[in-house]
Amino acid sequence: MKVLSNYFKSLFLLELFRGLSVTGRYLFKKKFTVMYPEEKAPVSPRFRGLHALRRYPNGEERCIACKLCEATCPALAITIEAEPREDGSRRTTRYDIDLFKCIYCGYCEEACPVDAIVETRVYEYHFEQRGDNVMTKQDLLAVGDKHEKQIAADIEAQAKYR
Amino acid sequence: MTDTTVTIEVNGRELQAKPGTMLIEVTDAAGIRIPRFCYHKKLSISANCRMCLVEVEKVPKPLPACATPVTDGMKVYTRSPRALAAQKGTMEFLLINHPLDCPICDQGGECELQDVAMGYGNDVSRYTEGKRVVADKNIGPLISTDMTRCIHCTRCVRFGQEIAGIREMGATGRGEHMTIGTYIEKSINSELSGNIIDLCPVGALTSKPFRFSARAWELTQVEGVAPHDGVGSNINLHLRGNKVMRVHPRDNEAINESWISDRDRYSYEGLYAEDRLTAPMIKKDGEWHEAGWEMALEMAAAGLQEIGDGDQIAALLSPSATLEELYLAQKLMRGLGSNHIDSRLRQGDFRLDETASSVSWLGMKISQIENLNAALVVGGNLRKEQPMLAHRLRKAALAGAGLHYINPLLLELNHEASQMVCTPAGLLDQLAAVAKSAGVAAKGAIEEVIKSAKIDESSSTTADALKQAESTAVILGGLAQSHPDYALFCLVASVLAEATGSTLMVIPAGANSTGAQIAGAVPYLQAGGKPAQAKGLDVLKLLKVPRKGYLLMGVEPGLDFWSGALSVSALQSADVVVALTAYRGPELEACADILLPMALFAETSGTFVNAQGDWQQSRGAVRPQGESRPGWKILRVLGNLLDLKGFDYTDSTQVSDELSAVCSNDVLDNRFSLSTPVERQLKTDGLQRGGDTPLHAIDPLVRRASALQQTQDAGSAVIRLHPAEAQRLGLASEELALVKQNGYQVNLPLELDESIPEGCAWISTGLVATATLGQPFGEVTVEKA
Repeated sequence: MKVLSNYFKSLFLLELFRGLSVTGRYLFKKKFTVMYPEEKAPVSPRFRGLHALRRYPNGEERCIACKLCEATCPALAITIEAEPREDGSRRTTRYDIDLFKCIYCGYCEEACPVDAIVETRVYEYHFEQRGDNVMTKQDLLAVGDKHEKQIAADIEAQAKYR
Repeated sequence: MTDTTVTIEVNGRELQAKPGTMLIEVTDAAGIRIPRFCYHKKLSISANCRMCLVEVEKVPKPLPACATPVTDGMKVYTRSPRALAAQKGTMEFLLINHPLDCPICDQGGECELQDVAMGYGNDVSRYTEGKRVVADKNIGPLISTDMTRCIHCTRCVRFGQEIAGIREMGATGRGEHMTIGTYIEKSINSELSGNIIDLCPVGALTSKPFRFSARAWELTQVEGVAPHDGVGSNINLHLRGNKVMRVHPRDNEAINESWISDRDRYSYEGLYAEDRLTAPMIKKDGEWHEAGWEMALEMAAAGLQEIGDGDQIAALLSPSATLEELYLAQKLMRGLGSNHIDSRLRQGDFRLDETASSVSWLGMKISQIENLNAALVVGGNLRKEQPMLAHRLRKAALAGAGLHYINPLLLELNHEASQMVCTPAGLLDQLAAVAKSAGVAAKGAIEEVIKSAKIDESSSTTADALKQAESTAVILGGLAQSHPDYALFCLVASVLAEATGSTLMVIPAGANSTGAQIAGAVPYLQAGGKPAQAKGLDVLKLLKVPRKGYLLMGVEPGLDFWSGALSVSALQSADVVVALTAYRGPELEACADILLPMALFAETSGTFVNAQGDWQQSRGAVRPQGESRPGWKILRVLGNLLDLKGFDYTDSTQVSDELSAVCSNDVLDNRFSLSTPVERQLKTDGLQRGGDTPLHAIDPLVRRASALQQTQDAGSAVIRLHPAEAQRLGLASEELALVKQNGYQVNLPLELDESIPEGCAWISTGLVATATLGQPFGEVTVEKA
């Protein structure tokens, strides 16, 4: 009996048509392909992309050189040096993140008591030269300045869960 | 034994204790942790923080463990619900006014308040009202303050009163309005002030040079030995990467207890001075050029070899160099056929060298100083020479010891003492008067001095005190050592000590003064502290009759010598001056021909022998800067290049082992004797100079520690005169004075100072502006500028 049914199944290509019917269904369904880079997928406010250092609205940098991010970083990607600034406040003189070492865990952001270091939604970046992978304080502040609006909105949205 | 101990029970554990000891001492010894802020084992009990509350059975309220004496059968619970509730409550009250600025606080990560809050506090704060703010005080260049963080434990206040002996800090106001500070706006001038940083349980008092530069968790700790005074304070070097970030004390009851002096704490800044020498340099036609090690060493070896005559080569070595460096330097010199090796660069009189055969030292253990019942300090401002020894002496004074000082100026002491102030020349007479009062016979070398001495009231009370008290000492300080009649001081002091049954103590000049003698880096001793077969000349003779070649190690001409001007002129006239140095310095560049960069204390392994004879080894904590190399390695290669035997070491411990093998145990002995009469060198008439070396000008490293140089103890190049003396010289209203000494002259600002005796002009040595003058004691003329 089994032999007979297998014979007919293969003679009329039944399984091929069953498979093709799935293809046919999707052929007429709404497409979900995102045409990157013309189109982009939605990003969560919790997305952990490129790092940024933020400023207060008056332009003062937020980072106070407490070095908690450096201490918590599991990949030892952050290097900070600090000294008293002219006005006596505690500031960094160097704040480097090596993006080759970074594992984008977001611990630095979590450790920061003043929301200075954040991971933005930015995921499109590349390096052309050896050494560009180390983001300096100026680079990070520039990223922060560029995306401040989005960063502030994301932190606002997430505030109730923290 | 049973009647001297009581048995108590802590958390169900039976403990034995002496009656009367405080509960917290017993639990600390047993390893039971009770939280505390105001209690410190070295300070008095104030019981004002209330953090150490524990429950004691049959007592209605919790008791502070720091102020509760143990009694027999006492049952204590440190972790019972009642004790925990009390601790939690105290913690909450303490945090009411403490700012939550841990992220910007330098104490963050090593803060007792943080730790105790984690262990014993609440996890959330219920306090929503406004917090108190206190204005920060400026208390000088060493300590930075954030007084809002203060929790009023008063450890700093008690340290000032009990240990440093200065009533500079105190609490004003009550309750919430209580603030800690100096009563009037002023900086703290204690030479031990840095210790309040360690004592402060919160971040109210932190180190100013270290401010914001690193976090406690980034630092690695390496043990070290302080390289400035003969105490050899035990320190911990805190490093980040290849840099010394700060220095903390390491407890050692036999040496420095829990403290270190500011000089030991902050001198690390000198490691990173701008004029650090990082590559070998050679002088060609008056111009300095960088050179490779090979070339510089070959030139140095060739220069020394060319002189040929061992008698024409001399080595002048820093008494703060390591034992290995000193030993190899003298081995090198003796290999070249020269016995002209000296490290007593600030000493003023060497006439005892002809009979000297032993290593001078402290004369007793450092910890025994506090058990003295009476002491006579001759020519010594111990507070500003050896802060840790002065602290021990102060402890003796607080315990009731009668201290007597003979000095050429009135000292600012932090304890009770009688002071005999006399002119530089009168010092000897006063000492002789004490000796005469004690019944010393006028004979031998000191016949003349004793005969001419006049007994007065103060000398006889001093002599009586030394005779009657049980444990006594005669202490020869740094001022006496730089006196041109130091030989007579030694002789009179030793017979005085003998006549009164006192111990003769010699305060060492450098970190390794005792070690230098053991290493044979003095002209009359060879390695092992044994008398040398052929004696060399002392530093003064070597400079007065200049040699053709000099080997310098860790010294700066002008600043590190008894007579600044003489050292510069002698070294400039030499054919070859090879200097092992860590710094370039204008004086050295003017005198030397070859500069070999040498590693400093934290960068090289080495041994320091302190004044009580302890050999303390430390290893190199960081890499030497630039091309510089440890001194012992430079000398090893130099020895090989000079074809000398026995310079094949691979490790610095081989050097110290070689030395310790030839050392016997009984070399330490303050024995001074001379049979031939000794003439006085310092005249008794006319205006005489007096001079000390300021606390923070003692060696090249500390002279470059920028924070220390801003303190009062860095010294200032001024001339200090008694107002009456200034009047006599017609200078009372002058601001500048022209000082002439031995044909050298310099204009110095004039200060009127009643602590200087009449007939004396006080000018410190070791300073750039006074380096052009001669020796600290001697004839001087002062005129209108």
